[in-house]
Amino acid sequence: MTQPATEASAPPTERPIRVLIAKPGLDGHDRGAKVVARALRDAGMEVVYTGIRQTPQMIAEAALQEDVQVVGLSILSGAHLGLFPRVVEELTARGVDDVLLFAGGIIPADDVAEVQAMGFKGVFGPGTDTREIIEFVREHAPKRT
Amino acid sequence: MDAAELVDGLVAGNRRALARAITHVEADSATGRAVRRLAYPRTGRAQTVGVTGSAGAGKSTLVGAIAREQRRRGRTVGIVAVDPSSPFSHGAILGDRIRMQDLTGDPGVFLRSMASRGNLGGLSEAATGVVDLMDAAGFEVVLIETVGAGQDEVEVATTAQTTVLVANPGAGDEVQSMKAGLMEIAQIMVVNKADLAGADTAVAQLRALLAIATVGAWVPPILKTVAKANEGVTELVDAIDQHSAHIRSDEHAAEERARHVRGQIIDLARAALHRQALEAATRSGALEALVEEVAARRRDPRSAALELLETLRRSWGASTSDRT
Repeated sequence: MTQPATEASAPPTERPIRVLIAKPGLDGHDRGAKVVARALRDAGMEVVYTGIRQTPQMIAEAALQEDVQVVGLSILSGAHLGLFPRVVEELTARGVDDVLLFAGGIIPADDVAEVQAMGFKGVFGPGTDTREIIEFVREHAPKRT
Repeated sequence: MDAAELVDGLVAGNRRALARAITHVEADSATGRAVRRLAYPRTGRAQTVGVTGSAGAGKSTLVGAIAREQRRRGRTVGIVAVDPSSPFSHGAILGDRIRMQDLTGDPGVFLRSMASRGNLGGLSEAATGVVDLMDAAGFEVVLIETVGAGQDEVEVATTAQTTVLVANPGAGDEVQSMKAGLMEIAQIMVVNKADLAGADTAVAQLRALLAIATVGAWVPPILKTVAKANEGVTELVDAIDQHSAHIRSDEHAAEERARHVRGQIIDLARAALHRQALEAATRSGALEALVEEVAARRRDPRSAALELLETLRRSWGASTSDRT
């Protein structure tokens, strides 16, 4: 995990990256999602956290209203192959076609290529160093203004 | 999309245009400023309600409950939820959606989370604009939730027409601190978590403070709610409606509108002045030079502050006209 800054400092002139972290499906374990949310916050990003048990419609609607540049989904239930494409569909249906998608949680190695093919540019399993996720988001987040 | 397309889109009910327009306003980009200019003539229909109070007072839960009650009454609702930015990393966790999950799927609701982004007045500068965009987009009620942290509480008063101040039982010191002007900015007072011991005492304390506050034709009601159990929310929304009717009545409308926009102009000017002055002072090095002198006790901070203002006044003399 990156070391959070310990002294107040002048705000950055550049607009912070806005990220939505959501948990689709029925598993209630959000430790991983919260760790990632906090790491991104400590890296200077604004993280909208939706809580657990989100439907694909709720996630897409939140991404639209919040105009985030990045959507990260965390899932541990094993339903990723069923739920992820529906999130992508709902985003597309709303015209939200310019967000960076990434996924985390329990996604078996055999499924990673399929998840990436759905449009999830990054797939991060258990034990991932949060610095890797921060770097990934900074590098790939689309510009907004 | 350019500013005109964004405003046409949001007025026509395009939620994506509204979301993107808010992003521009929040960033205070050239497009954002154009959006505000174009959207403002389309505003003025919404009932705008600010909900403020200390962290943990139950503002998010109460805002969710108000929104649900307004939906029951058939009105569309826009929500602006502000959470603090970290003064260290400048990042933020925006968690208000957690308490309003059920509202996310409702097409009559639009919820936008904002980070306070420091205390340079940027919050009121941006939030006022975001409220206007939701108004222009046709939402009949716009709720603004801000974390209560001193100055911001006063700022929210000019962002919304009706300000609801949320306190809790047992927060005696908190109620004391409201003497300092807060009583005057709130049109409705709520003791939330009224199922806890001390609710009636808190109401009595507020009533006593209200008795010595300067109030006009509208006397702020003091209500009890238990937001998480949806108790007292109907009465709260009734009170909000009564205040809306009061400020729209023939007798008070002109005066109230002037009071509201006067406060907005002054707050926005103060915020812009504060921000521009600090930027200029930092950029020119004038601030750091004075810091050194005061730290070495060669100069007192008050005269340093006046000297800083004098420096800024001189450097601005020629260039204020082309500032935005």
